Amino acid sequence: MKEIIELLEQNAKLSAEDIAKILKRDVKSVKSAIGKLEQKKVILGYKAIINEDRVEGFKPVRAIVEVQVAPKRNLGFDYIAERIYKFPEVKTCYLVSGTYELLLILEGENIHEVSQFVAEKLAPLEGVRGTVTHFYLKKYKEDGVVFAAQSANSRNNITL
Amino acid sequence: MKIQISDQLQSIPPSGIREFFDLVLGMEDIISLGIGEPDFVTPWNICEAGIYALERGFTSYTSNQGIESLRRNISGYLSKRYKIKYDYKDNILITVGTSEGYDLAIRAIVNPGDEVLIPEPCYVSYYQVAKLAGAKPKYIPTKDSNFKLTAEGLSRAITKKSRILVLNYPANPTGVSFKENELKKIAKVVKQHDLIVLSDEIYSELSYDFDHTIFSAIPAMKERTVYINGFSKAYAMTGWRIGYVCGPKDIIQGMNKIHQYTMLCAPIMSQMAASEALLRGESAVKAMNREYIKRRNYVTERLGQLKFDFPYPEGAFYIFASVKHTGLSGKEFSYRLLNEKKVAVVPGVAFGSSENNKDYIRICYTTEFEKLKSALDRIEQFLKG
Ligand SMILES: Cc1ncc(COP(=O)(O)O)c(C=O)c1O
Repeated sequence: MKEIIELLEQNAKLSAEDIAKILKRDVKSVKSAIGKLEQKKVILGYKAIINEDRVEGFKPVRAIVEVQVAPKRNLGFDYIAERIYKFPEVKTCYLVSGTYELLLILEGENIHEVSQFVAEKLAPLEGVRGTVTHFYLKKYKEDGVVFAAQSANSRNNITL
Repeated sequence: MKIQISDQLQSIPPSGIREFFDLVLGMEDIISLGIGEPDFVTPWNICEAGIYALERGFTSYTSNQGIESLRRNISGYLSKRYKIKYDYKDNILITVGTSEGYDLAIRAIVNPGDEVLIPEPCYVSYYQVAKLAGAKPKYIPTKDSNFKLTAEGLSRAITKKSRILVLNYPANPTGVSFKENELKKIAKVVKQHDLIVLSDEIYSELSYDFDHTIFSAIPAMKERTVYINGFSKAYAMTGWRIGYVCGPKDIIQGMNKIHQYTMLCAPIMSQMAASEALLRGESAVKAMNREYIKRRNYVTERLGQLKFDFPYPEGAFYIFASVKHTGLSGKEFSYRLLNEKKVAVVPGVAFGSSENNKDYIRICYTTEFEKLKSALDRIEQFLKG
């Protein structure tokens, strides 16, 4: 199971047939293992890694937001976290240690939209004590993938 | 003025597959399964160590033998990995790649006419470098023993003139390797006939199915073995040109004598980067190995389905497959696959006698998975005609 997860995490395009060959297992057992992972919600979905700099037209704006929040009696941070992450503008939400509690990644069509969300929806929430917003300027690397396109290939096509 | 090149050099005929090479090198938009070097870039911590060396102004010659700290690190690595002792003062020489190590060893040991026994198919340099040194290279075919040299095969090949046996495992071009008990049998014959062994173990860290055994750890072999290794393959450092040899003091001294006149020393920044590789390169090697194993498994499964016959590759990144079932020779197969499907492989005859290797091709899986997959799809289409 773990091997299949690792393979798909790296390359979701691998077919069950490919995985069967890589792991030297039969296709049927790989198919059923993947089915189980999906059923048990270990695998929540499959998606492509997009280099948005190369997409023509629409480019969403993103910001990292540090949010200072107060925990709620008996509910800890989960209550306020849920209030926040349910907004579709919030793409990512972590509870972290340090000088603030929640780390969000927000997405919107433009700077104005994101700022407005912070000012009108996020900051006024009960329990939110402060926010600091950092807009993304350039994405160099994400989840181990380098985005700055400069893959040198100096190899000759044939060497012994 | 027409300049005559030396008789020695003229005795080496131009490679029979030069033309094929030129064709491949001149073509764009092909998928090449003919590249005998990693597709990975050198791990960043190693590159960074090289850059840092330059920043601090390490741009000079080093001692001929190589920087002491690197020799100490090699000694430490071998002792930790194989429980074998090579003294950094007397037994280790830093070279410009494994290639220089082999050349020096041959030149330091052979007299004109001495026989150098080379199991084939093999890495291309062994035969010609021995010839350039005035020795008599002699192939030992291994095709009939599943591409592994056996004690019997070796015994049969030995004559009074035999001086050196060359070993390479995991091997280029087959990926085949030896287990300890197999090496012991070979060692017995080596001792009996008083041979010296040059053991090119450049793929030792790319051994996928069992632990690598260093030849000099076989009893009584250390005193007659030159262990040759380098950083090119395991650490993806082909362009850094850095390797090392370990062996008996007399041989190392002899080799260093040639090295000091012909090479002076290995590049200093490469030596410094190599230390980083030994000290903190293990996790990167493991990660690359995981990738090679995935590809090895995938490619061997596909080739098996397509009825190719090959010895199972236990290491390195090569598969030496017979194309006999296609009715084509290795060379014809390679030319046609290149022209019709834009996939490059290397004809087997590049790796030894044309008689023994004519039905074979070498496939390298030093290419990312999606490309490998599409190369195999093309081979499949090619076979279907
Ligand atoms: C078996 C073998 N030995 C030596 C070499 C050359 O290695 P280096 O880059 O250390 O000179 C190669 C490269 O393909 C090889 O396959």
